[in-house]
Amino acid sequence: MQLEEFLENSARRSGDKTALVVGERRLTYGDIERQANRLAHGLIAAGVERGDRVMVYLENSVEAIVAVFAILKAGAVFVMINPTTKAEKFSYILNHCRAAALITDGAKLDSIRHCIAGSALKAVFAEALADGERQNGRRILRLESILVDEGISSEPPPKRSIDMDLAALVYTSGSTGHPKGVMITHLNAVSAAHSIIAYLENSADDVVLNVLPLSFGYGLYQAFMMFRVGGTLILERSFTYPAAILGRIVRERVTGFPMIPTISAMLLQMDLSKWDFSHLRYLTNAGAAMPLDHIAKIRKLMPHVKIYSMYGQTECTRVTYLPPDQIDIRPGSVGRGMPNQEHYIVDAAGNRVGPGVVGELVVRGSHVMKGYWEMPTETEKALRPGLFPWEKVLHTGDLFKTDAEGYLYFVGRKDDIIKTRGEKVSPREVEDVLFALPGVAQAAVIGVPDKMLGSAIKAVIVPRPGVRLTEQEVLAHCASRLDDYMVPKFVEFRDEMPTTASGKVAKLILSEQARESI
Amino acid sequence: MKEILRQFICDNFLFGLQRDSFSDDDSLLEKRIIDSTGVLELIAFLEETFGVKVQDDELLPENLDSINRLVRYIEKKSKAAA
Repeated sequence: MQLEEFLENSARRSGDKTALVVGERRLTYGDIERQANRLAHGLIAAGVERGDRVMVYLENSVEAIVAVFAILKAGAVFVMINPTTKAEKFSYILNHCRAAALITDGAKLDSIRHCIAGSALKAVFAEALADGERQNGRRILRLESILVDEGISSEPPPKRSIDMDLAALVYTSGSTGHPKGVMITHLNAVSAAHSIIAYLENSADDVVLNVLPLSFGYGLYQAFMMFRVGGTLILERSFTYPAAILGRIVRERVTGFPMIPTISAMLLQMDLSKWDFSHLRYLTNAGAAMPLDHIAKIRKLMPHVKIYSMYGQTECTRVTYLPPDQIDIRPGSVGRGMPNQEHYIVDAAGNRVGPGVVGELVVRGSHVMKGYWEMPTETEKALRPGLFPWEKVLHTGDLFKTDAEGYLYFVGRKDDIIKTRGEKVSPREVEDVLFALPGVAQAAVIGVPDKMLGSAIKAVIVPRPGVRLTEQEVLAHCASRLDDYMVPKFVEFRDEMPTTASGKVAKLILSEQARESI
Repeated sequence: MKEILRQFICDNFLFGLQRDSFSDDDSLLEKRIIDSTGVLELIAFLEETFGVKVQDDELLPENLDSINRLVRYIEKKSKAAA
């Protein structure tokens, strides 16, 4: 099965059913299928070939959903870019994956227009532009006119891929500082979606409200899962105005609401008795562990709602879920493996360890990625020989232990990757940006515990002698170069940096000092 | 009041940059000036500076999502309290 068939099958079965609600717009499966087919023909006409990468640089929107399915229908590979990504990183990804086309909007195009020269782009599809505008010899096409153009067939183009072909590259923060493109095939994505649907018991009756960015796997899969079962997806841009979101949950009779700890922290600061959540069937948490007091409070406020604590990573989408009947028994656990998956914990020598012993989690299943796009060294580190000579298994880099019954407990990362707002941030990526600021002699980035964010990013800076830097200067510099969630929350200036015996920055000491000062 | 709000938003969410990059009617969300942690800082600032108590069910874009909406909201709240 291929991923775009999630849409095609639901459009065939229940074409008039509401599939997607964004703001005031309500689209049926038939509407989305026709728009995606037109855009797929548009992509093919623009020269996009089977296996080509196509970037989607859009806010959570109807167009973003249509774009993903159109790209798949054209036999191409979608690459979602976080809408807060700045030009420098955009340019890196554009050239790293040699994208053949870009789907975006006018304002975003203006911010990255200078990156297009010298790239492999054959065409740009953007909202709110005059048709036929040319930029460096490349065609820039009006996205919204293609979606409704009666002159373009609304039937799907002939299939060009099979399920072992790539469906997506998902860029994720890498410890080397450059983002890595996780290669996800149709089979990987379909397998992950099927396993998640199985344990959440999703059906066509479900209405899921998603505030997470579609550039984040956890957000994007909400669309895949709803389209697979023929449910309804309510798409929002963020949780910024909680009363608006809660009002929508009530009005649309939402049954499922995916959260990260930042959202549950905000919810619990509010008096939730003002809203009627009787239709809500489940809440999920992923991205980072939900604090135990959040779980306890939500259980008390909404005893009828099932809470699923989950853990995953981009490299295989999802790994575990805690069955809701276990949440009061072992609230600190992220549960057990999802259906159609095996996993085990190994020590540094690769030997399996028993209950209570901390080791690296290894995952085996058809949801495991094919590697990192054109990064063989990184790929070899993550995908290693498995149980049988013909296979590779995923070494997650995440440290876990199990209890006597095999339930998993997250312990930490093997590397220094920071998890903030549910997303991974490589300290190196932030440090590289800090070093580009004149006046910075030394910089180190660490994560500090934070109730709202999981971990908050802290930058420790030693300025060059005689230079006076301000926090605002540092943050302004970072905000103009980094995705919003990567911008440090705290900045500390020091005269010197603690170092290890080998002369490296002693991040452990920095982290301990930061923890003590909280 | 507009000036005080603009100053706060620029200092805290734009780090002093791009003072004139948004109008009094621009959506803070659409311009990506504010996010979910920012809105909490904004509320603390409103309560401290203007003495209004922001109720949970008032955390709506209609009240908070532009400088002009904030001004109208604060004025309405102040009148109700008076």
